[in-house]
Amino acid sequence: MGIFDFLKPRAPNTASVAKERLRIIVAQERAQRGAPDYLPTLRREILEVLKKYVNVDPDAIQVKVSHEGGHELLELSVALPEKPAS
Amino acid sequence: MTEIIVVTSGKGGVGKTTTSASLAVGLAKRGRKVAVIDFDVGLRNLDLIMGCERRVVYDFVNVIQNECTIKQALIKDKRYENLFVLAASQTRDKDALTREGVERVLDELREADFDYVVCDSPAGIEKGAFLAMYFADRAIVVVNPEVSSVRDSDRILGLLASKTRHAEVGTRRVEQHLLLTRYNPERVARGDMMSIADVEEILGLEILGVVPESESVLAGSNAGTPVILDNESPAGQAYDDAVGRLLGDSLPMRFTEAQKKGFLSRLFGA
Repeated sequence: MGIFDFLKPRAPNTASVAKERLRIIVAQERAQRGAPDYLPTLRREILEVLKKYVNVDPDAIQVKVSHEGGHELLELSVALPEKPAS
Repeated sequence: MTEIIVVTSGKGGVGKTTTSASLAVGLAKRGRKVAVIDFDVGLRNLDLIMGCERRVVYDFVNVIQNECTIKQALIKDKRYENLFVLAASQTRDKDALTREGVERVLDELREADFDYVVCDSPAGIEKGAFLAMYFADRAIVVVNPEVSSVRDSDRILGLLASKTRHAEVGTRRVEQHLLLTRYNPERVARGDMMSIADVEEILGLEILGVVPESESVLAGSNAGTPVILDNESPAGQAYDDAVGRLLGDSLPMRFTEAQKKGFLSRLFGA
């Protein structure tokens, strides 16, 4: 730190970057917590079956378990690729 | 009533053993009968931090496998006669610790009228860490103001809420506390390090104590003297405050503000 410090551009505040990244990843991991262990395998196997019929992206499948009332809800969403213009 | 306290973190190297040793000494200093157990099978270290490494004859696994009694394995501290250390085994057999075995040892400590049993957890979320937290009534999660440590702490808080005996039986929840260590107020002021409020906000839990980054921590482990015994050092005093708060004292946080720099040091750089 010295007399001409004010001339240098201020570095981005890394602590706030850290906080923001953590806020997102922690929220995401909390949402997955308590989900059955078989979910990743289930997701992979569904993907293999789908691939026989459509050319889907591995990221196009979302598997989520949520609680609603007294029920557990397994939510599966697949984004199908756009049809090529023919 | 014996209270079982686990000191855990998920991530390694954040200060679990330093904290376990200082917590145990702090409780003993206040007259409580305390046992501190090293759960890190294969990597014994608490004995070094406590300064009793040359007096280890029997260890935790010897007690579990009935090769000695708990009384024979407890090492009496040289500073406090109401403080005892149970060293980790150096066996490489990770299955040496069993849930039944750990439960039996804890029950024997209850019968011997210990006020507190401090369980020093190994890093990670494997069997040793799981067994260290399983029987806990209270948990101290040691966290550094750093991304991987905060993330791992959140994982551990989740496990404490689901994979402990209290959680499984549903009697009550394990009381959870955060202890922020390696805190550097100057770096926080510069915006290079997350603040106390940042960590509290992300983890959704109030912080029990803040231990500043301090050279006296290394000096303490070099000498085998838990840093809480260093009354001069900010880290030692911060640990003492944290133990006081754990026992219900209401003490303000200290050593959490950056030192104000004088005009000259600002001008010429420090």
